[in-house]
Amino acid sequence: MRKEGEKFIPIGLNLSEFIFVTKLNTLLAFASLALASCESRSDIEVANEKNILVIGNSNEPKGLDPHLVSGVLESNIIRALFEGLVVDHPSMDSTSVDGVAIRDQIQHSDDFTEWTFPLNPEAKWSDGHPVTAHDFVFSYQRLLSPDPNWPAKYAEMLYFLKNGEAYHRNKYGQLLCSTDPDFPLEWDRLKNANFDGDDKIVPSKYLGKDYSSLNERERQRFLKYLNDSETPDFEVLNQKNFDYQEASIANQKIFFNSIGLDHLDKEQLVFLRENLKLLDWSEHVSPEIQQLVVDRLISHHELGKPNLWNQAKVGVEAINDHTLKITLRGPTPFLLEITKHYTWYPVPKHVVLKHGEMNTAYSSPWTRLENIVSNGAFKLKTWRTNHLLEVERNPHYWDAKNVKLDGIRYMPINNYYTETRMFGDDQLHLTYTVPSELIPMAKRKYSDQLRQESYVGTRFLRVNTLNEPFNNPKVRRAFALAIDQEAICEKILQGGQKPASGIVPPFGDYVVPGLIHFDPEQAKALLKESGYESTSSFPDIDLLTTNSDSGLREAEALQAMWQKHLGIKVRIQQREWTTYLQKQYDSDYDIVVAGWIGDYLDPTTFLEMWVSGGGNNNTGWSSKVFEDLLRKAEHTADIPTRMGILSEAEKTMMKDTPVLPIYWYTTNYLMRPEVKNWHPLLLNNHPFKFVELQKN
Amino acid sequence: MLRIIISRIIQTLMVVFLLVTFTFFAVRAIPGNPFASDKATSPEEQAALEAYYGLDKPLHRQYAKYWKNILVDGDFGDSLAMKGRKVTTLLAESFPVSLKLGLLSLFLGVSIGIPLGIIAALFHNRWQDYLAMVIAMAGICIVAFVLGPIFQLSIAKPLDWLNVAGWQRSSDIILPSITLCFGVAAYLARLTRGGMLDVLSQDYIRSARAKGVPKLQIITRHALRPALVPAITYLGPAFAAIITGSFVVENIFLVPGMGQHFVLGITSKDYNLVLGLVLFYGILMGIANLMSDLALIFMDPKLRNS
Amino acid sequence: MTTSTQDASNEPLITEKGSSLWSDAYLRLKKNKLAILGGIIVILILTACFVVAPILSWVGYDGNQQDLSNRFAGFGEGGFLGTDQLGRDLLMRVLEGGQISLLVAIIATLLTVTIGVIYGGIAGYVGGRIGNAMMRIVDGLLAMPFLIIVILFREIISGHVDDLARILINDWGFDDNTVLRFANLIPLTFAIAGFGWLSMGRIVRSSAASLSKQEFVEAARSLGLTHHRILFRHILPNMLGPIIIYATLTIPSFILYEATLSYIGLGIEPPNSSWGKLIQEGANYLETNITVLAIPAVLFSLTLFAFNFLGDGLRDALDPKASKD
Repeated sequence: MRKEGEKFIPIGLNLSEFIFVTKLNTLLAFASLALASCESRSDIEVANEKNILVIGNSNEPKGLDPHLVSGVLESNIIRALFEGLVVDHPSMDSTSVDGVAIRDQIQHSDDFTEWTFPLNPEAKWSDGHPVTAHDFVFSYQRLLSPDPNWPAKYAEMLYFLKNGEAYHRNKYGQLLCSTDPDFPLEWDRLKNANFDGDDKIVPSKYLGKDYSSLNERERQRFLKYLNDSETPDFEVLNQKNFDYQEASIANQKIFFNSIGLDHLDKEQLVFLRENLKLLDWSEHVSPEIQQLVVDRLISHHELGKPNLWNQAKVGVEAINDHTLKITLRGPTPFLLEITKHYTWYPVPKHVVLKHGEMNTAYSSPWTRLENIVSNGAFKLKTWRTNHLLEVERNPHYWDAKNVKLDGIRYMPINNYYTETRMFGDDQLHLTYTVPSELIPMAKRKYSDQLRQESYVGTRFLRVNTLNEPFNNPKVRRAFALAIDQEAICEKILQGGQKPASGIVPPFGDYVVPGLIHFDPEQAKALLKESGYESTSSFPDIDLLTTNSDSGLREAEALQAMWQKHLGIKVRIQQREWTTYLQKQYDSDYDIVVAGWIGDYLDPTTFLEMWVSGGGNNNTGWSSKVFEDLLRKAEHTADIPTRMGILSEAEKTMMKDTPVLPIYWYTTNYLMRPEVKNWHPLLLNNHPFKFVELQKN
Repeated sequence: MLRIIISRIIQTLMVVFLLVTFTFFAVRAIPGNPFASDKATSPEEQAALEAYYGLDKPLHRQYAKYWKNILVDGDFGDSLAMKGRKVTTLLAESFPVSLKLGLLSLFLGVSIGIPLGIIAALFHNRWQDYLAMVIAMAGICIVAFVLGPIFQLSIAKPLDWLNVAGWQRSSDIILPSITLCFGVAAYLARLTRGGMLDVLSQDYIRSARAKGVPKLQIITRHALRPALVPAITYLGPAFAAIITGSFVVENIFLVPGMGQHFVLGITSKDYNLVLGLVLFYGILMGIANLMSDLALIFMDPKLRNS
Repeated sequence: MTTSTQDASNEPLITEKGSSLWSDAYLRLKKNKLAILGGIIVILILTACFVVAPILSWVGYDGNQQDLSNRFAGFGEGGFLGTDQLGRDLLMRVLEGGQISLLVAIIATLLTVTIGVIYGGIAGYVGGRIGNAMMRIVDGLLAMPFLIIVILFREIISGHVDDLARILINDWGFDDNTVLRFANLIPLTFAIAGFGWLSMGRIVRSSAASLSKQEFVEAARSLGLTHHRILFRHILPNMLGPIIIYATLTIPSFILYEATLSYIGLGIEPPNSSWGKLIQEGANYLETNITVLAIPAVLFSLTLFAFNFLGDGLRDALDPKASKD
């Protein structure tokens, strides 16, 4: 510390003296800046000259294996690299042109269940190998692998194939019995036996409860398997060392039925063989057949549970190198639409097997830059994490002469404000999106370049129907009707989004039932009816959202609307992406902001996920009527009838309101005028092979 | 000298060991699932994934395995969030970028901060002092996520040769490094000013002035070195921090650097990536501190003897 | 055990020394016009956020009241400074955001000072192996990336805070708005303090170490005073200068941390806001509605400038050598 009384005198120094000190530093700094400035043309001018399309692609792709990814941005890259049986028409929805298969020679049976695809013999992988029907069979077998180590997220896209679901979900009871022509009972009559197990009666769900304390609805679930006089004992069932061999009949029944035939181990099956009555076989299954089924399962275990692909007879078959036959689980008139989804693309058998096993997952070694081989119009050129990914012309592509671009550069720009600014600075041909804050500016400054197009997607709220107060449909409906959808679309988003009256957006022949509209009066009335009279006694409710800005703005608006129209204060919970997802899977939420983009152009892409046990349901809601209607549609070939059934199904669902629709998406993006042959498409899956850069 | 270096290296290694141990258990205590994805993960899949990455084993076994992999195979493990990519690959790809950017910003920060600090001290409590400090502090008082977009719109857009964002042209480094350098400049200006004020009040400077030594000579010959001591002490850890990237700047300017791994690693519960980063950062920090200590010894004769 | 007379004889000496130091410091501070200006601004902003804002909200102004038909209103329409993207009163939002930002920074600073002083003081006074080991732990944690520590703390704390908040509301009958508003701050504040105390600990240790070698401490020791007493009655008051300076300089850097965390999406929970959050959201309107960015940003920058200049001024005035740390 300085001593007291000392006066501090600053030393004066004039500026010219001072500059001397810093001259060297400053000079060096400027030199390095000057060196950097050499290219004066914009990125776009350079790209145009090289005939390369530069597009914003939102984020770093999680991978390039068509069987393992599930995001839109990955699909944008995969669509350039790979090609399916048919390819989207550049400007017409629900229309296909030649892909690996020759469009005009595709044949199908009258009921749309059997399809034959003649493949183009000129179709080649980027290493020159021909693309054959065997590649397709291999691909579908790979995607459907029942191996729990196989992390395919989208295998259910192949459930359209006959036996596809049974093979993938390893329902070997079905595979062993239904595919055997000598089996004495047809599968349709056997299938109601308890193969799957009943997760509603899993004893651990009733921890700490006594059977006698169950309410009527809960007890019904058990009574299905028990005689009137029998009562299970949860305490015993939940014991760690529960011994089914010594347990009471009631406990044995609950034990076996909660597990199901397909999931019993060998020892349990052997025990069951002696006590066939313990399991619910449903009607029409004679004891002989029961024994036969159990025997088959036991022998399957004895064989070491071999992979059942050959036995499963999944509906895909290579008639010869260049003919693929596909058999479906039911009439599917829109099959061609589905095959445009990347899960239906082929992967190169010879390359996958060269760099690992069929299911070498997690790292997909064959998709690394140095290994990857693809069959699309383009092949991978560069891939740098968080930096850029570039594809170039595939010389072996069968239609290479009609491919216009020499390459596409995908920029992982997750800051969309930066992306719009880059577009303004001539760095991008196309942006991934335009953030809603910038839409007014884009309308003003880039009025010719701003695209606002319909998109098959819905923004909605999932509601946890398992907990109070949302186990009450009236409360759910009250919340749905209290959302001023139009204000959200027009005031906040301004991107042309439409208020959603249901979960399925309107497109094609589908008639939306239109059950949800903003109606604060009715909302209030419904809330009153629900029994929650005084709003202060209403339970705490959290509205879960991600930590993105747009999600937050919507959440804040919703919060204010419910407060205003229902007098209920909801708390917003912002969580980062993985926690946000996990909380949904764990049903650890009240309401959550969510969105869904259609995978293909059919209402089922929005409806299938609400079946009981669906991986993306997460609401706890299920309805037998709804599921029956979906199954009915599955077996209806006539398109208007089918759409009617699906519309009915949505009506059933929306009456119960397990989700609160907010709006139907639009795509908002910026596109430079020199990009040609890029037309509005409902799924926004633009086929890159037709895209062109106009030369000046 | 050699003894200092060796003991410092040992110290650093111990610190890194403790850090990794602490982080190892702490990140696993955070709620969340590294394998959550936009499609539901079934319990079987979850179990299979955990088995694949060895997360199903007891913690102490995982811990032992982690060290074994690093020490025996030099393997930091696979990234859990970015499937198929090794942590070492991610570091090897992103570190050079951050290093380049960090070095330029440090250079700019030093070139701006130290002169400003000296000016401020020389004109203590006069308008030059105030102006210098206002300039120096402007960089930290305006947050980077405002400064960045303003630069993009006001500098990059009008200039043909300068891009708004990206990492392809050699000029792409300019805006992010300017945005980053302000923080360094502000601290350095402050520390240099303080150091200089302190030195200028010392007896030996006063006597030098009394003897009529030219001002410039006093500053360059006598005052500068000791006045820079606090700045150099700061530069050690700052160096390690700045060459490992900044999330905000990388996000705004689309720089494929290390900064985003820190944030994404921990928010996506990518245990291996977080541990790899902590390890790497800890070692860098050790090296940087050692360098700054050595520089101090070089600068200050008193320390050299002790 | 010491008697109180012995103790009393010691005190006047310290007080006298202190008072001359303080008055001298005040004279020096007065010369630094920028620091004085900073001080005035700090007082004005604190008054605005903690006196004016509560009065306004008591009279009925509400920063969370939305009016979607009156978005981006100009000055005077729907609020003194206009309205934001959801039609909320911008003035109220900025003032309430300031409350949160300042509260986070000030509470975190208090925590930092408390932990830092206790830890650093003990380490410095005890010295030797234990003191060294204590400092190595600090060095170790300092070698950890800031974000990782902050996020770790935040994640670990926030679950418990949620539980606590629910207990307070449901079992103790506290007003849920108030509780949630402040419960919201805690994880963030602790997370920032969890990192911030490290440097404070270091500074305190080095001055405690040098003080404990000084004659008056030796004297106190030879008088047989307890460690506790020496530490808190003799060493601590003498470290007050550097601690105050450091605290003044810590507040702005914590405000800045809060803003950075907001950018990453780890800030305060909506609908409450902080300056960092307001600026981060406002920056998205840079091209379209600059007022929602400019108003919080100007206030934020002004506050940072003011605290920094005040802190630097105090440092010059009180203890120029502290700037070495």
